[in-house]
Amino acid sequence: MQQLIYFIRKFRYFLLFILLEIFAFYFTIQHHSYHKSKFVNSANFVSGGLYNKVNSINEYFYLKTENQLLNEENALLKNLLEKKKIEDFKNNFSSVIDTSEYAQKYEYTIAKVINNNYTKRNNSLTLNKGSKNGLTQDLGVINSKGIIGVIKNVSSNYATVLSILNNNSKINVRLKNSNHFGTLVWNGENYNVLQITDIPRQTNLKKGDTIITGGKSSIFPEGINVGVIKDFTIENNQFQKINILLFNDMSAISQVQIVKNLQKEEQQKLEQKTLNE
Amino acid sequence: MNNLILVNIIRFVSLLLIQVLILNHVNLFGFINPMIYIIWVFLFPLRKNKTLFLILSFLLGLSVDFFSDSGGINAAATLFIAYYRLPILKAILNKSDIDYLLFNLRGISFGKAFTFILTLTFIHHFIIYSLEYFSFSSVSTILSNTFSTGIFTIIISILGIVLFSKKK
Repeated sequence: MQQLIYFIRKFRYFLLFILLEIFAFYFTIQHHSYHKSKFVNSANFVSGGLYNKVNSINEYFYLKTENQLLNEENALLKNLLEKKKIEDFKNNFSSVIDTSEYAQKYEYTIAKVINNNYTKRNNSLTLNKGSKNGLTQDLGVINSKGIIGVIKNVSSNYATVLSILNNNSKINVRLKNSNHFGTLVWNGENYNVLQITDIPRQTNLKKGDTIITGGKSSIFPEGINVGVIKDFTIENNQFQKINILLFNDMSAISQVQIVKNLQKEEQQKLEQKTLNE
Repeated sequence: MNNLILVNIIRFVSLLLIQVLILNHVNLFGFINPMIYIIWVFLFPLRKNKTLFLILSFLLGLSVDFFSDSGGINAAATLFIAYYRLPILKAILNKSDIDYLLFNLRGISFGKAFTFILTLTFIHHFIIYSLEYFSFSSVSTILSNTFSTGIFTIIISILGIVLFSKKK
């Protein structure tokens, strides 16, 4: 016993050092695994509040670009509405519209990005809304130009987003002109260029093809813009490295929308049931 | 004595705020974000309680982690250089016993102080990038990031120490 106490006294600094390092490594490993809620994140009262304060000053510098984006999206939506009117006009002669067959599938909420990083290997964003506004884990985050990420941690007033510029981010995407699916990943080099893996080799790829989100996941709706194919290499009849140039400028994001899939539970329950059989 | 505690608290908070609000968003040449909060570790008095020093260094790193959503990588690296600060200093000064009471980073020659800051900064940055990339295949990226970010951290650290500390 005496020996043990002597030992602890002699090496007390080293033991403290080891203990704290174990804590730090525990947080790091937790950070590297995807499906775990994390203790260390910026969605807490102090860091979220501080980022919110600073952002309320910073956002004035981006008013011009934000207005431009808003105006562009308004024009796009107005055009869609006009097209819809024509379709309705055509259809009205032949069919009856039964509104009871329609069910709303997605619900959109707006939020503001109060902290954004894009130069590290594993990037994340902080939003100024949290569980009080109905946000939960695993909701998609988009803006008018394309996808941004998936919500990771939520506190009562803030939320952190796993950016698509992250080692853990894997998002199902497909080509706009065919139904071939792939997975969107990032190699950590250029924040404007992402990569697609697992695309089947019979796919007919061309430079400049548009990539959109595939409807396979229950997080993002189908058909949200991602980017265009920048270049690709073929080795042994397999696509090796397909680079995607993003529509979004990940370094300047301010206003975002959060997509909530209202039928997610139903879909997941069904898929789970099928798997278990 | 109280003055010293106050100075260290102010230094802790202001370095943390400068780091998370300004330097984490510098993105010099697209990717360089100098990590100057480790100045706190360089300047903490040697004669102070070592347990307190280790815990505070850990907390400083962890606070940076909280703000930058990076798990525990800053905490691990800062704690590491805090623990090995004294052995490295002894090796650089070529002495087995240092005058703990009067030691001041400005008091030793510039060359030795520079070597001290350089060693600790590169160790710190290397641990940070290794833990962030977490794979053996990206060794070259880890080394180049350590080197490029380290240079700017060292320049800013030395400027900061020269400008904001009293020479004795």
